[in-house]
Amino acid sequence: MAIALKVNGARHSVDVPPDTPLLWVIRDVVGLHGTKYGCGIAVCGACTVHVDGQAVRSCVTAVGDVGDAEVVTIEGLHPTGDHPVQRAWRDANVPQCGFCQTGQIMQAAAFVATTRNPTDQQVSEAMSGNICRCGCYQRIHAAVKAAGTGA
Amino acid sequence: MVATTTTTMRPLIENVSRRGFLAGASAATGLVLALQLVPLRGALAAAAPYATGATEMPHGAVNDPHVFVSIDPDGTVTIVRHRSEMGTGASTGLPMVLADEMEADWSRVRLVQAPGDEPRYGNQDTDGSRSMRHFIQPMRQCGAAMRQMLEAAAAKQWGVPAGEVEAVNHEVVHKASGRKLGYGDLATTAMAEPVPPLEQLRLKEAAAFRYMGKGNVPMYDLHDITTGKAVYGQDVALPGMRFAVVARPPVVGGKVKSFDPAEALKVPGVEKVLEIPGSAPPAKFAPLGGVAVVAANTWAAIKGREALKIEWDDGPNASYDSAAFKAQMLETARKPGKVVRNEGDAEAALASAAKVVTAEYYQPHIAHAPMEPPVATAVVGGGKCEVWAPVQSPYGTREDLAKFTGLPMEAVRVNVTLLGGGFGRKSKCDYALEAAFLSKELGGTPVKVTWTREDDIQSGFFHTTSVERLDAGLDAGGKVVAWRHRSVAPTIMSTFMPDPKLQAAFELGMGLQDVPFAIPNLRCENGEAQAHARIGWFRSVSNIPHVFAMQSFASELAHAAGRDPKDFLLELIGPARKIDTKAAGFVDEYWNYGDPYETYPIDTGRLAHVVGLAAEGIGWGREMPKGRGLGIAVHRSFLAYIATAVEVEIGADGRLSVPRVDTAVDCGFPVNPERIRSQMEGAAVMGMSLAMFGEVSFKNGRAEQANYDTYEVARIDGSPLEVHTHIVPHGYDVPAGGVGEPGLPPFAPALCNAIFAATGKRVRDLPISKHDLRAA
Repeated sequence: MAIALKVNGARHSVDVPPDTPLLWVIRDVVGLHGTKYGCGIAVCGACTVHVDGQAVRSCVTAVGDVGDAEVVTIEGLHPTGDHPVQRAWRDANVPQCGFCQTGQIMQAAAFVATTRNPTDQQVSEAMSGNICRCGCYQRIHAAVKAAGTGA
Repeated sequence: MVATTTTTMRPLIENVSRRGFLAGASAATGLVLALQLVPLRGALAAAAPYATGATEMPHGAVNDPHVFVSIDPDGTVTIVRHRSEMGTGASTGLPMVLADEMEADWSRVRLVQAPGDEPRYGNQDTDGSRSMRHFIQPMRQCGAAMRQMLEAAAAKQWGVPAGEVEAVNHEVVHKASGRKLGYGDLATTAMAEPVPPLEQLRLKEAAAFRYMGKGNVPMYDLHDITTGKAVYGQDVALPGMRFAVVARPPVVGGKVKSFDPAEALKVPGVEKVLEIPGSAPPAKFAPLGGVAVVAANTWAAIKGREALKIEWDDGPNASYDSAAFKAQMLETARKPGKVVRNEGDAEAALASAAKVVTAEYYQPHIAHAPMEPPVATAVVGGGKCEVWAPVQSPYGTREDLAKFTGLPMEAVRVNVTLLGGGFGRKSKCDYALEAAFLSKELGGTPVKVTWTREDDIQSGFFHTTSVERLDAGLDAGGKVVAWRHRSVAPTIMSTFMPDPKLQAAFELGMGLQDVPFAIPNLRCENGEAQAHARIGWFRSVSNIPHVFAMQSFASELAHAAGRDPKDFLLELIGPARKIDTKAAGFVDEYWNYGDPYETYPIDTGRLAHVVGLAAEGIGWGREMPKGRGLGIAVHRSFLAYIATAVEVEIGADGRLSVPRVDTAVDCGFPVNPERIRSQMEGAAVMGMSLAMFGEVSFKNGRAEQANYDTYEVARIDGSPLEVHTHIVPHGYDVPAGGVGEPGLPPFAPALCNAIFAATGKRVRDLPISKHDLRAA
């Protein structure tokens, strides 16, 4: 049974069981690879996407539960990749290997959309679900802060 | 140089590992290329070539501009990056060196990734913190040759002597006439010019560097990474590709007794279930074997695997138990081991010392857990094998694939994607071999094998577990007169040969033998230990346990002597000198990270200097409020000197935080200070992960941790966010050392020394999270 899905404004019809995690639909069926698999149990944040503007872990979000909500992945965050968070990321030279960074950016983008001028602690709390094994946290923190203050 | 000691002298975790330790030695020595670093005497003293271990690595180094550079008529300069990118920035850094030397404008440079082809590009093993230190010279030579070829082509076109023209920022200028030719205009003619021989190369003066030493070049992939366009191994997609996951034996050396695929095949999307033959250890990087589920997407494969019914034969490691093994290692460490360094008479000095201090340290197994778990995509059919994978050793992978598939090397191609972290795990290509096996079995269908996080943490090549026992004798004045360090740990060589039991030279040379202290009676011993899991190298390797013990113990001795730990550490290091390893009692020739000792001696002056810088940075000696403490540790590894000072705060609830870290780095010429900083910041976080949580324990032969919930790593809210990196400035005349790994070893001991300063509690058994740090 095909499931209708809207990703980055485009409509897709995917033929998978409804309990299939959104992550694998995005990656293996829709074919967008910016959203990463890191743990499969919502503890690392590499798979973070926006569903109706909320940051969610797509690895534990069943595609059947998404309905007609708007799914936005890193590819759809900004047409030229110039969302303030993306720019802040580049200004601070955040990434090392870069693998977790799309999830970090999606998490940060949802956060700064609702929290202006965040405190240090708010930033750490908001980003604490996203693991970076290279250890770019110092720069992630700085970049989120910069994006959150509109600097 | 080519005597039987070659294997132990070489750089060669990698040589040993991937060529097979015996074949490797001869292969490596026979394959040093013609275009090698010939010492250049005379004119260019400031940039005179120096010897490195690059020539000792398989396929050495290549400095031919025709291999690394091409120029389009529109002026685009394309540079090949032949090392893998896993986050250190090396694959940007080396082309940056080349571009600087050839006066190319970085904004007009494009990079392409080389496939695994060492005869063409030189060694590609991206590990051992070797990329910059082994390839800065060949890359400068490539760049200088290319620049001179561009100048020669322009001079010819203008009919003027070559000495009158100069390459400046992507064009060649004839000053006298004001004429200019862009690199694009010279694309064809410059490439037709002969490559100048090494002795005619004019390297740039340091004052003319645009990028080297500046830190002004961001990672090449930065924009793609932030927009989701960067392609990692996980992101490879081929037409008709199938998706596979593998149920591997839960115990190393185990195998499938029987399996029933029926339920798995009922899972929607599952297409095929097939067995992958395993191999009993030592099996190098051969797959563990097991049962593969092939499906229309990854999730279907995962669900199919859950539905498999498999009966395992656990094999000889079925009773591996970390607690029992620790007890066994402790017992071994309490008895004499094989002496690997013997200076003076430590036994006698311990017997007659006024005070003897003893401590035993424990390091559990740890898993690399890179954010991208192992993954590979293969197409094997029609007499060919092509693989796309995040691998640190693309040529070694190609060799292993050739052997595994029975195809000749020419029929095997390895395409290197970006690596979502590596840390040594992706030097071991079992996942690529699995993908190749499955594609072959499926008649050439493209297959992507994905390791789940659980697979990654439970079935990897673990960092070894160890017990380090140290005894020191102090005289009545509190001066250390004797030092004895016994190390007991399964060796990495157990992955390559049966029952080696003792640590190899490269392991002994990472923080055991090379203790840099001026103590008259000093003895290092290695006790036997057998491996019961696959042991592999993890970022900074044996330095992790050795240095945790050595640098914690130095601080413990300071306490015993009633002295300030930093002053005491400096006193232990003693006067500035280059350690004479023979006089210092090294039993076998010191490994020295595979590089010549004359180029990179152990320089205690540089070691002491970074201690001072880190201490100064953190404000050593300042009054600390209750619950706060400072700790310091230092180590030379991968030919770089790094001191780490940590400020720790322990709350009333025992919660630990690290408000500040100061890391002082002397890595010789700091080629890309911006990436050096990022590596040090990252090392502090990874150091935090290992010290706080790092443990994979085994019970009944099975790893007890499975995902980031049970194998925890540092998160942003528990990590140091104020890491201050102090880079010792040097010119090109001080050979570049490693950067990717050496930041890690001093962190855990510095942290534990700080915890002691804050609480009086000494953590000797890692991880820290097992200890109650609340005030007693």
